[in-house]
Parts: sequence; structure tokens; C-alpha cells
Amino acid sequence: MKKDLISITDFSKTEYLKIMKLAAEFEENPNQDLLKGKVVASLFFEPSTRTRLSFETAISRLGGRIIGFADPDSSSASKGETLHDTIKMVSNYADLIVMRHPLEGAARYAAEISPVPVINAGDGANQHPTQTLLDMYSILKTQGTLDNLNIFMVGDLKYGRTVHSLLMAMSEFENPIFNFIAPTVLEMPEEYKLLLREKGIKYYEHKEFTDIISAADIIYMTRVQKERFSDPIEYEQVKNVYILRNAMLEKTKPNVKILHPLPRVNEIHTDVDANQKAYYFTQARNGVFAREAIISHIMNVK
Amino acid sequence: MQDDQKKKLKLKVSAIKEGTVIDHIPAKNLFKVISILGLDSIENQITFGTNLESHKLGAKAIIKVTDKFFEDDEINKIALIAPHAKLNIIRDYEVVEKKVVEIPDTISGIVKCFNPKCITNNEQITTRFKVVAKDLISLKCKYCEKITNSNQIRMC
Repeated sequence: MKKDLISITDFSKTEYLKIMKLAAEFEENPNQDLLKGKVVASLFFEPSTRTRLSFETAISRLGGRIIGFADPDSSSASKGETLHDTIKMVSNYADLIVMRHPLEGAARYAAEISPVPVINAGDGANQHPTQTLLDMYSILKTQGTLDNLNIFMVGDLKYGRTVHSLLMAMSEFENPIFNFIAPTVLEMPEEYKLLLREKGIKYYEHKEFTDIISAADIIYMTRVQKERFSDPIEYEQVKNVYILRNAMLEKTKPNVKILHPLPRVNEIHTDVDANQKAYYFTQARNGVFAREAIISHIMNVK
Repeated sequence: MQDDQKKKLKLKVSAIKEGTVIDHIPAKNLFKVISILGLDSIENQITFGTNLESHKLGAKAIIKVTDKFFEDDEINKIALIAPHAKLNIIRDYEVVEKKVVEIPDTISGIVKCFNPKCITNNEQITTRFKVVAKDLISLKCKYCEKITNSNQIRMC
């Protein structure tokens, strides 16, 4: 049976750990001809340069060939072809489909239609599982473990798919503690808090972005997006509250690392960049190794 | 008074010899029930009454289908819009069995996902939901993974 990766919960804890191990191997030795003779379709129904380049680098380092499109204007979708027909057609040609789509659920639907595996590279506000696996790899690399970590999530916790998926994945590990820092309008949704309560995992909610971060092992920053607010005054009130500045890191633990799915706007001040606790650019680099690991696992070549 | 009412009800919708009587359908959902069960495209004799008085529902509807006996899977499809529906199975003018509808664990079609950005609202796809709560119905979309709550439910 083919394996797909649509949501982070499609993988078990054993699979998470396998991906972590493989990612480390690929970091040691990134160029391996495991996809030699294979064709991978890279279908970006919505432009995302960062994610696409990361995937295409991973595929190239594995020796695979890439077909596809980088934005919908250059695809048959612009002629009105349905997703169904595009996937039917492409799965005739390729051995694996990597797809990004603006509509939620598009990847799950494509996986149902396609006889070849599908990797979700983001479906609207829904899921982006390869981001989560690279986040986990970054956490493991910097902390040496995925157990017993105090994880702070800051900013837009309501709509931020990356924080939701990371929460789900990290809740599989031993004794995590979560701290959520967000304005009331962007609080962590009840369904995720419920999940933590059911698993007996501790979490704390804060409105203020202050000294409390001194307990953190990981600070996961997200962007507070203006378009999420119905009331512009509300946005003006909170937009500058959740900005991380270098001075705030003085009392934090020596092992703490700051992660961000990028792109950032102003939520991490550029004076943080030179601090060795800033990890977001290395995090992006880890994405290639994590994606090499995911692809080789899905394609059963590792 | 109650006996009177019962008598009137009986008179309003005539009895059947063999078949199924679906009672306690909310009046406003009668035509949806007819459509979900495909009663608008079968040859059987069907009588229905609507806007009948009901203590429980305010206004109820009743459907009598001659020579038709529903499978549980078939009838449970109406549970979302007629959760209190009761079935009377009729053989030779007698009620031989009574059934209630049950909300199934998964639902295919019938309901739309409330999320306008869900793929199912943008392409011809049969919706699929996992029923995550049955008392106050809440449905999790298999595709976009968003929850449609009872007050957001719209029929396909």
C-alpha cells in the first residue's frame, strides 16, 4: 500500500523518530542517488518559493527528476481543469506528487485519487506536515531530545497551522510543557487545549510577553497577521506586543532556541539575529534534510 | 381531547397495509427527508402529512410508504435532520416493529462542510465526515479537518 503524508497525524511516533534519524544521516551525507530514474511532480497551485525550493533541492540531492509548475498561471488549472483531472493526468507520469494548494483538504482529496504517493506541501490554512517534521528535527538537533521540553508558542495561535501541528506531534513525546502567549482574539483553540488535557499534558496561557520566557527550551514565534483581525483598532493594540527583542533573551536558559516558520515581518527584531539563540535560518536549512528523509521514507528507499 | 387529536391524525393520513410509517419528522424538514431517502424517485405509493400538531416538535410531518422496508444504514441518513423520527413497520395493517433512528459514526454526502475554503465546496466531491459528537451534533470533515457544528449544518 502506498504511503502519503497529508497531516502530521498520518505518521506514528515511530515514523517521526525514523524521519529524525534519516534527516541526521542526510545532513551528514546529503547527496545520495536513491531516487535515480524516478520522476517527482512538484505541483504548486499557489506560489511558495521557499517551500518549493526546499523540496526541489531535496529531490535533486536524492537524484530524482522534477516535473511540474511553480504557480497556477502556468498550469492547466488556469484553463479551468479540475484538481481531480490534473492529479489523474500527473499520476500517469510521476512516481511521487508533492503539492501545494490554496484550498483546505485538497491534498487529502488528491491522495484519494492518485495511485502514487502524495506529500502535502501546504493546503490552505489546514496542514503543512513537512514544516512540522523539520521543526521537530530542529528541536531535536538543538536540545538533543524531544522529551521533557518546555515549549513557548507566541503570536497567532488561533490560525497558525504550524503551531497546531507542532503541538500535536510534540504531545506524543514524554512530559512536554506548553506555554501559549497570544492576545485573546488569537488564543490557542479549545480543541487543542482539550487534546492536551486528555493526555494529561500541562499548558499555561499568557497575554503578556515578558520574563516568563526564562523557563523556555524552545520559543516558537509566529506572525500576527493584520488580515486576521476584523477590528483594525484591535490589531493596532496588539501588533507590537508580541515582538521579541534581544534584550528579552538576557535571562533565558543557555539552551533556548528561537524558531520561526518564516517569513517574519517584525515579530523578531533584527537585533536578535546575531544572538546564538536565534535558530530560524538554520531551521530553514534543516528543511532540506527533513524533506529528503520524508521522501525516502514515503518512497520506501530507506 | 388527546383521543380526539389522535383520531384526527389518523383520519388525516390514511392507513397502509404493508410498509413503513416514519413519524415525528420536524415539519420543516419533510421535503429534505423525502429527498435524502430518494422517495421522490421511487414507484411505491406514498402519502404524507405535514404541519400536524406535535407536543414535542411543534409541527411534525409523517410519511407512509407502501411496500417499503428500510435498511438501518438507509434510514439513519435522516438522523441529522430528524433525530426524533420513529419508524413503524406495518404488516397487514398492524405495527409489527418500532424503530428509532441513530446518528451514524460517519456521514457521506447529505451535509455540506461549513468551511468555504474546503475543497468539497469548490469541486464536485462527495463530502465525508466523522461524527465527533452526537448529542449536539458536530462533524469533522475528512478533507479540510474543520468541525461543522449543529448550527452550521446545511444540506447538500
